[in-house]
Amino acid sequence: MICTIADGGRLKTFLEFIGVIASFAARVITSAWRSPYEFEQTWMQVGEIGARSLPLVAASGLALGVVMTLHTHSTLVTFGAAAMIPKVQSLSFFIEIGPLVAALLVAGRVGAGIGAVLANLRASEQIDAIEVLSVDSFKFLVVPRVVACVLVLPLLTTFMDLTALLGGFLAEHALSHLSAQLFIERAFNGFAWSNFVPPTLKTTVFGFLIGTVSCYYGYTTDEGAEGVGRAATNSVVLSSLLVIVADVVLVKIIFLFFPGSAL
Amino acid sequence: MTESQPTAIVFDGVSKSFGSKQVLQEVSFSVMQGETVCLLGRSGTGKSVTLKLLIGLLRPDIGKVLIGQDNISSLEGDDLSRLRRKMGFLFQSAALFDSATLEENLALPLRRLTDKSKSEIEHAVLRALAEVGLAADRYKMPGELSGGMKKRAGLARALVLEPEILLVDEPSSGLDRITASEIDDLLLEQKAKRRTTIVIVTHDVHGARRVGDRFAVLDKARLVAFDTLQCLENHESKTVRTLVGGQ
Repeated sequence: MICTIADGGRLKTFLEFIGVIASFAARVITSAWRSPYEFEQTWMQVGEIGARSLPLVAASGLALGVVMTLHTHSTLVTFGAAAMIPKVQSLSFFIEIGPLVAALLVAGRVGAGIGAVLANLRASEQIDAIEVLSVDSFKFLVVPRVVACVLVLPLLTTFMDLTALLGGFLAEHALSHLSAQLFIERAFNGFAWSNFVPPTLKTTVFGFLIGTVSCYYGYTTDEGAEGVGRAATNSVVLSSLLVIVADVVLVKIIFLFFPGSAL
Repeated sequence: MTESQPTAIVFDGVSKSFGSKQVLQEVSFSVMQGETVCLLGRSGTGKSVTLKLLIGLLRPDIGKVLIGQDNISSLEGDDLSRLRRKMGFLFQSAALFDSATLEENLALPLRRLTDKSKSEIEHAVLRALAEVGLAADRYKMPGELSGGMKKRAGLARALVLEPEILLVDEPSSGLDRITASEIDDLLLEQKAKRRTTIVIVTHDVHGARRVGDRFAVLDKARLVAFDTLQCLENHESKTVRTLVGGQ
């Protein structure tokens, strides 16, 4: 589908595809509000998506925090602004880097996983088996995964922000022996809730996009074993792309409602 | 079986195609309550599609599929679910949920569709697994089972809600003759104990002859014969005679 869009520029095919994805997303939203609610499945997916993504997010946050400090330290010292390093670190991570990187990491790890798992369930007739047991396979398989993505991404983002700060502190401490207390004071001096809450909450939209796109590719595939790999790849590519596009739109919306959150 | 018995399934003038490939063309037959019908035919003649039409996983392009008095092809949502509760389906691959134990595989429909207590569900699951000889394996994952055990587990799951109609897709595929015969025994037992209406898709003539009351033969998307074994053994078509193992 993506190739068709890129190669041919066939507007009709593209619009049809947008329509299909949009109606799939609408079905997710309407199904999520209808009983029976799949609490057990959702909780399982929160564990699967959230807990298992934690080490990746933590390691990435820590490494990015260190790298960010290494990059900014010498420049800011040159301009006599070394005291700004913690604040640059906290603002850049809480406002933009944390939400976006966490979402892209989840799109890579979880998106591929969801796409492949659901496509495999389809190929091995397990989705048909759920249906013939009079269980709504869409509510049972798709809705819990999307809801879990929505719930988990803000938490993972917060975790990434904090580990990045930790990485930044460790690097700064190694370079200039700055104490933890002073680092935290400087990092959060003048820091407003609008620098944290709206950017973190926007990741619920990223979670919805990642979950919906990945479930769409996995749930609707009908190409057998070959479709499993394709579903995984397409899930990652399209959900990553949509996260980046949505970020541009959401940043603009956040600026509109919280002008003080702009750097 | 006599025509005076109530009808469980009516397949009425059903046609189905996928793209340009016509899989079924104006196929009609009916199955009486408590009867076992075997669907025979060469590969790709629409036998499995017929089963999926019977349980509403596919919808016919033309014609209707009646389960009792209900046209399953026109039902959706809760109405479709309600009708499916009367039916069990054994998939060719067994299609067990590979992330759940055998016990959980069988408990899922009971938990979702009945108001049985936890201990009642446990009891029902254990009884269903015991009937297929897998009670000792209830905590095993599907990946730990042999092909024959998977088929038996799939059959137990299909029967756990005590369906009125059982649809079976290739019960003997990939199994040796002895294991296939064990599956046939379980189907015969089901038929004798609960008078379940059974529709079986199979290539195994030996098993079909043991289990079936009547035989439907599909060839080139059409139903070419539908009768008892005795009649079909002397059918004018060589394809029919070959498929039922006659002369």
